[in-house]
Amino acid sequence: MDKMLLSQVVFYFFATMTVVSACIVVFARSLIYSAFGLLFTFFGVAALYVFLGADFIAAAQLVIYVGGILILLLFGVMLTHKLYDLNLKTETYQFFPSLLTALAVFATLLGVMMKTSWHSPGVTPDNPTTAQIGVLFMKDFILPFEIASIFLLVALIGAAMIVRRKAE
Amino acid sequence: MIGLSHYLVISAALFSLGIMGVLTRKNAVNVLMGIELILNSANLNLVAFSRFSAGNLNGQIFAVFIIVIAAAEAAVALAIVLSMYRLLKSVNLDQADTLKG
Repeated sequence: MDKMLLSQVVFYFFATMTVVSACIVVFARSLIYSAFGLLFTFFGVAALYVFLGADFIAAAQLVIYVGGILILLLFGVMLTHKLYDLNLKTETYQFFPSLLTALAVFATLLGVMMKTSWHSPGVTPDNPTTAQIGVLFMKDFILPFEIASIFLLVALIGAAMIVRRKAE
Repeated sequence: MIGLSHYLVISAALFSLGIMGVLTRKNAVNVLMGIELILNSANLNLVAFSRFSAGNLNGQIFAVFIIVIAAAEAAVALAIVLSMYRLLKSVNLDQADTLKG
């Protein structure tokens, strides 16, 4: 019972951290604050994956999002602004229509979620998932797996082609 | 007891915040951060359903593919943002109106 309570407290801590830092990402005036808010959002989502028993996805989230995409975004910030311009303000526009839209989307999602009776045969027990995911990738999902790798290769070559300076 | 609906609420909140970020921000890099929030919320939903409803790991496999797509999207989108900066000397989206008649 005590252990249950502790896990709930930790869950609510990470849930709050995720949502609050996502708010910082969206509402902060400074671009750097947004980037660091995104860091904590990614960490919070990784912690929620751990709660869901998805250890491989949690590790992939940390490695790819925090180690890769966030660094890429920070590079994007640094390459498109002057570095000594420390405050890096970003303007917002159409604030209130967007707020209404976002609230409407949130309300719709909540309404649908409450009304649907979800099929719930029971919680999958906590097992290490990495080996099973590897077997699934090599057996049932071999074609999507290969397509995803080709897709990544094409996307990275394309990104390099887009930013490269034209030879004089 | 933490159930499916807890995760769905968090995911819905992340999704709405992501839409808010995409709609309001003027800076292209900030819009990309909103898109990352949306992709994360989709991933959270998939993993939650994989645990509570499906009884197998297919949702987690899907989440891996979405992470792959997010990585490719970030790389290509930042390349586009960089070349836009080179062209316009700005990353404000309302100045990217070259195609406007």
